Amino acid sequence: MNDARDDHVDKLIDASAAALGIPVEPDWKGGIKANLQVTLRAAAMVAEFELSDAAEPAPVFKA
Amino acid sequence: MDPWFSASGIAAAVAAGRTTAEAVVETVLERIAARDPALNAFTAVTCERASAKARALDKAHASGLTPGPLAGVPFAVKNLFDVAGLPTLAGSKINRDRPPASVDATLIQRLEAAGAVLVGALNMGEYAYDFTGENVHDAPSRNPHDTDHMTGGSSGGSGGAVAGGLVPIALGSDTNGSIRVPASFCGTFGLKPTYGRLSRARTFPFVASLDHVGPLARSTRDLTLAYDAMQGYDPEDPACVDRPVQPVLPLLEQGISGLRLAVAGSPHFKRGATPAAMEATDRVAKALSITREVETPEDGRARAAAFIITASEGATLHLDRLRTRPRDFEPAIRDRLISGAMVPGSLVVKAQKYRRWYRDQVLKLFEGVDAIIAPATPFPAPRIGQQTMMLEGAEVPLRPNIGVYTQPISFIGLPVVAAPVPLQPLPIGVQIIAAPWREDVALRIAYALELADVVAAPRPAE
Repeated sequence: MNDARDDHVDKLIDASAAALGIPVEPDWKGGIKANLQVTLRAAAMVAEFELSDAAEPAPVFKA
Repeated sequence: MDPWFSASGIAAAVAAGRTTAEAVVETVLERIAARDPALNAFTAVTCERASAKARALDKAHASGLTPGPLAGVPFAVKNLFDVAGLPTLAGSKINRDRPPASVDATLIQRLEAAGAVLVGALNMGEYAYDFTGENVHDAPSRNPHDTDHMTGGSSGGSGGAVAGGLVPIALGSDTNGSIRVPASFCGTFGLKPTYGRLSRARTFPFVASLDHVGPLARSTRDLTLAYDAMQGYDPEDPACVDRPVQPVLPLLEQGISGLRLAVAGSPHFKRGATPAAMEATDRVAKALSITREVETPEDGRARAAAFIITASEGATLHLDRLRTRPRDFEPAIRDRLISGAMVPGSLVVKAQKYRRWYRDQVLKLFEGVDAIIAPATPFPAPRIGQQTMMLEGAEVPLRPNIGVYTQPISFIGLPVVAAPVPLQPLPIGVQIIAAPWREDVALRIAYALELADVVAAPRPAE
């Protein structure tokens, strides 16, 4: 997943579109794929950063 | 009345009886009619409402009631704020089918309670997923300093309307930089308050865990006047924190003596910086006699995490619309949103965990510093439609780089004033970043820089 390999991303798009019920037309796939690859590269950067098992998410900022 | 009058000047003139709210509003409506065709900042002008409100203010004043601190001050709002009687567009085609809002957004109510007069709704990037100020449904808003250039987004109309002298105050929203980017490109002041400070009630959301709202203005004093009038807990925004109102206007003259200041020294805040961005930051640092740098850690990862959360939460918000009306989105926004729906949840949760780590690290830095200076954007306003830029000798896509300096800051909800450095031919902004709930510190620094003629909202040639 995190290597954002071309064939994996294509399969992810097709499977997700079907599972989520999003009608993806063939000529949209290039744009969706380019965006998804950028996000997956960003996600890989974050995922490789080691955090302890006790690390809590911070969905809402509080001072 | 000169439409370039400040909000504080207008309020003082109305309070002293030197002019009336009705006369001010009439002038501003004429100004919008004359200049907005070139700037395309407005998507709706609420002429009748504004005139009625102004007449009511004048009548109340004549009967002996004390005018509010924003008496007769015209303002406009990004079109994701609910305005009673208008559908809340949020820059989209789809929302045009919504019924008109029945109640104004809380912040509109609060500004009007202080005597301000709403004159319209402003252009923005579709569903706020944009840093350019471009919009295929309403056409791009245009930079008053050069109408071939971007206003910046997504509060593009807010930047254009204030910088172009159409209104002294506008409201915008900032999820990843959408107040600070147009403030930088258009040469205005902008305030992104602490997450949870100002109510988002009855605004169209984008990314709930990152959305902020705030003002843009042509001076620190006007920015502060608007901010003070909008403060206060609002149970109708679940993220709004119940804290006492902390008026900043009385503190502006305090100066900055004793404040511990530093420049953001990590490589992230230098990556891709053009000479203009570096000069703006250097001028501000020199004027503040800053000799110290602090390194915020792992900013690149913070930006990446903000990117992931934005993609996922934004897509979740629009999932039903993506299923039923995908062709009615701007194609680039649609593709981005659909891709966000496909990001695995495990990666999003990791980004939220990282958020706490990054926040904790940056808050530790604020134990030894009161404010950090950083550029707002790597470059001044690009041309409308520009797709690429030169970065360290290579041609790279422009749009992903616009928010590179703003995203890590909003990611952890810190208050920031974007202050304009009036470089030629185009201005560019600097971020003054303070600790949580210390908007007063950032505003005091901006005010001191303004008094020193280092930052200013330049008046464009017409």
